[in-house]
Order: sequence, then structure tokens, then C-alpha cells
Amino acid sequence: MTAVLEPGILSRSRRRGRIPWIVVACSSVIFVVVLSAFLGSMLVPLNPDAQDTALGMSGPSGAHLLGTDQLGRDIFSRLIVGSRTAIVGPAIVALSSMIIGDLLGLFAGYRGGWVDSLIMRWVDLMWSIPALLLIIVVAGAFGGGYWLAIGLLIVLIVPLDVRVVRGATIEQMPRPYVEAARTLGVPGRRILLSHIWPNVAPVAVANTFLIFATCLVSLSGLSYLGLGVSPGTPDWGLMLAENLSLLFVSPLAALAPGLMIVLTAASTNILGDWVYERLSEKGVSR
Amino acid sequence: MSARHLALFLARRAGALVIMLAILSFLIYSLLYLAPGSPVDILLGNQPRTPETVRLLNEKYHLDQPFLTQYWIWAQGALQLDFGTSILTTLPVSEEIGSRLPVSIFLGIYAYILTMIGGVGLGVLSALRRKTVVDRGIVGASVIALSTPAFVSGVFLLFLFAITVQLFPATGIGEDFVGRLWHLTLPAVALALTVSAFVLKHTRAAVLAVIDQDYVTFARARGLSPIRIMSTYVLRNALIPIVTISGLVLGSLITGAFLVEVTFSVPGIGQLLVDAAVNKDLPLIQGVAMIIAVVIILANLLADLLYMAIDPRIRVERKSV
Repeated sequence: MTAVLEPGILSRSRRRGRIPWIVVACSSVIFVVVLSAFLGSMLVPLNPDAQDTALGMSGPSGAHLLGTDQLGRDIFSRLIVGSRTAIVGPAIVALSSMIIGDLLGLFAGYRGGWVDSLIMRWVDLMWSIPALLLIIVVAGAFGGGYWLAIGLLIVLIVPLDVRVVRGATIEQMPRPYVEAARTLGVPGRRILLSHIWPNVAPVAVANTFLIFATCLVSLSGLSYLGLGVSPGTPDWGLMLAENLSLLFVSPLAALAPGLMIVLTAASTNILGDWVYERLSEKGVSR
Repeated sequence: MSARHLALFLARRAGALVIMLAILSFLIYSLLYLAPGSPVDILLGNQPRTPETVRLLNEKYHLDQPFLTQYWIWAQGALQLDFGTSILTTLPVSEEIGSRLPVSIFLGIYAYILTMIGGVGLGVLSALRRKTVVDRGIVGASVIALSTPAFVSGVFLLFLFAITVQLFPATGIGEDFVGRLWHLTLPAVALALTVSAFVLKHTRAAVLAVIDQDYVTFARARGLSPIRIMSTYVLRNALIPIVTISGLVLGSLITGAFLVEVTFSVPGIGQLLVDAAVNKDLPLIQGVAMIIAVVIILANLLADLLYMAIDPRIRVERKSV
């Protein structure tokens, strides 16, 4: 939700320079999810949209690893293809917030004055609105949809990044190297991008991971409520909602998409923390 | 701080509050015109469009008046909790909200208490047992919990404690207080799980920041009892950042409640809003959004007052943050 980064479960083995096992595990999860997002339709054992209404709901079997849903669609295949909507939206939001948010944050922190307070008022406003509430209200009026949600998330989440990067920039401002560069007559843009930015980068990059995880959770939540992806789309959140009624008879149908959401989001968060520690330790910062 | 300062502060905040509400209500009312389709079509819903029904609508919502006049009439109605009638159920919106609010408030308070006990308690514990197995375990679990949205934890809890081990009921909200407490336990835990992980993270960081301060070492050197040191020296100071995030906590609790209420079929205000959004029931959306906005604004004001009560430094001279 916000960046409170501190050495936690990752701190023990970092000094030895080895990559901790948990990071390897998390990277593997992300790798598999990204792979199935791009190659999903080639990897699936069965057509994810093919309905077998004669079969209907069925438990796990040889033909259907995780069983089928009420329309007889193969849940395992839908899970693989569902990774597309799960990561494309968050990736777009995370990338745009990295570009817009970092630039605005750097600029606000460096310039200060009215530019800073103008940007910060917008940040404060967006900060005080619960994202999901606004998206539900707007989706209710405009008819919802995946791309609308992504657009709104960008507007609502960029401030998260702005706030963090601005804070980090302001922290760098009084350091001697900034003053030295100024004295030497280095232009402001150069100071910002090639002097201050590398020192702010660990925070910004870690925050991008955090934003990715937040968006993943928000978007799947929205699909879960029926206000995200259109009905019929294989999407983890929507699958969870569709298969909720199967919880009594074929629990895996509902639990598997939920597990994928948690696994992917947790992996991203842990990876973000690790990247932050690695970057700030390597002396990129300071 | 003198009473005059407090009065001044309250007056300033009340002014900001009124302005904020005016802007918000304007935006919420504008939804009717920003939404695709003409307001008449939206408000008609599934009713046939005849001169008669349109005339009735005009009478009720004053759609033939200029936009600002319409907003003014709507805002006056909203002040008296009159948001028009739901398109879907044709009941007054205020009635719909009124019948659902108690359950949601119950769920919210229940989850808030669980969040604070779990988040602050475990946060303090893990900070005190820093770098031990306990600390690592709690921090590790909180990373997972932080990445688990309320609807996923809700489904897992439902599966574990209502289906596999039938400890709690899967649906329903109970009759009396005890029944309600029992029925809403799973939803409240699901709701509290993510949010308490967030609180835990902040609490742990806050306690760690305080615990090595000189005044704590000095208190220990003076031989004060550990309980005294904890309550008056460590917790009081660690509480400040925790109160600061309470606004965010409330926001996450509210949005989490939408998801949890749908998962557990709790007939609360969150489910009402989601139903309204799915069915494009605009008067209902406007009413619920307005009520939630007021709750959030008031809670933030309350958090600020609490902030002043805890931190004497803020009472001296408080600039708006």
C-alpha cells in the first residue's frame, strides 16, 4: 500500500552476496506468470473458452487438472490465460506511474515553491480518496470496463509515486554533491537526471514493484465485483467470483485463482523489497 | 493549547469540510450528466419512455430546470438525506441506505478493533523481539497478508472455517448481538487481515524508531517497570505515526468491505453500492457515495483531533499539513 521499506526477512543472506532462496522462488513465480501471459494460448492444454455443457462442473481429473467450471470450461487452461489480464493492466499502470510519477516527484522536490505545492495538493486529494470506491462509482456511471479502470488507476496511483520520489529528492537536495554540481554550473536538468536520479532510483524502482502489486489486487478485485473485465473473459478475479458457488463441491475451482493472485502479488512485493536493498547497498544511493 | 486555539482550529477545519463537501457533492451530482445517455434515459431505467413518465421524472428531479438549479435542489434534498428513489427497487435511496448501514457499521467497527489489536499488538511484539524467529515469522506472514486482497482471504476463510471445519456460518448476519458477532466474525477477520498487516508494518517501524532513543534507555536505567516504560515512553510516541495512517486504514477498511460483503453475502452498504454500480442505478450510487464521503471526511477530522490529543507538540502551533 505504501512504501515502508526496511530490512526484514531478506536481510540475513544479502551480505554474502548470494541470492536468497525466497527471491529465486519469487522470480520464478513472476517468470512463469509473465511467460503464460505472453504465450498463454500456446501453452494451454485445452481451449480455455471451449464449453462442455454436457460435462458441466467437474472435480479435478486426468483430463482436467483442476476440474471444470459450471459451463464445463477447463479451469487450469483459464488460469494460464487469465495471467494476461492479471499483469498487463498493472504493468501499464506501473510503467506510466514510473514515468509520470518519478518525473513529477523529482521536479516537485527539486523546484519546490508553488510548483511543488500545486503538485502536492493534487497528491493529497488523490491520496484521501479510496481508489476502489472512486472506480466503482465511476464504473457505475460509465459502465465499467478494464481499460476505464486502468485509466482511473493511473490518475489515482501516480500520486503515490510522486509523494515517495519527492520525499527522496528533498532528502538529496542539501547534500554536498548537489551544491557542488550547482557551483560548477551544471544545468538543472542534468543535476536532476544524472546526479540526483541515480540516488533516488532505489526508492522509485521499489515503489514501482509495490504499485504493480497494488494494481494487480485492485484490478482483480474489480473484476471480482463484476465491474472489471467483460463477462466470459478468463481473469483470476472474475473466475473467483464465478466459481464461488462451487466452493462446497469443487473448492479448487475457486481457491486456485485466489492463490494465483496472492502468489503473484506477494512475489512482486518481496522482489521489490529485495531490489531496493540491493540497489541501495551497491552504493548506487549515497 | 488554549480553548481559543482549539475553537479556531475546529472552525478552520469545519470551513474546509464544508468546501470539500460542496465540491464532492457537485462532482457526484454531475455524474448524472457525465454518464453516457441522457439523464432522462438513465433515470427511467427499464420504464417505457412516454410523455407521462418523462413528465413525472421532470416533476421529481426538476430535469427541465438549468443544471445549477437542479444541483441546488438536489443538494438541499441531500442535506435532508433525500437522494431520490432507486431505479432498481423504486424505494427511496435513504431507506435503502438506512436499512443497510447498521450491518456495515457493525462489521466496520468489529474489523477495526481486530485490526488494531492484531496490527498494533503483533507490531509491538515483533519490534520487541527484533531479529528473532518471532519477528521474522510475523514480518514474513505480514508480507503475505499485505498481498492478499480481502476477497481472496474471505474465500479462503470461508473454505477453511465454514466448509472444511464448520465453526462459523457461511452466510447470514444473525439476529441478536451475539448472533451477529458470531456471523460476522469471518467477514471481519477477512477484512482485518490485509489492513492489520499494513498497521503492523507501520507499528513495527514506529516502535523500532523509538525504542533505541536515549530517553528510553534512561528510563530503563532509572529502574522503571517495563510496563511503565512501554506505556508512557515507547507506545505514546510510537502511536503518533500510527494515528497518522488511520485515515488510510479507514479507506482500506471501506473498500475492503465492498469485497467482503459481496463474498459473504452480507447485506451491507458495500454490497448495495456494488449492486447499484452493476445495474447503473445512479441515484443509489450518488446517495451511497455521498454517505461514504461524509464518513471518510468526518473520520479524518477525528483522526486529526486524536493526533492533537496524543502529540503535545502539535497543539502548540499547528500548520495545515
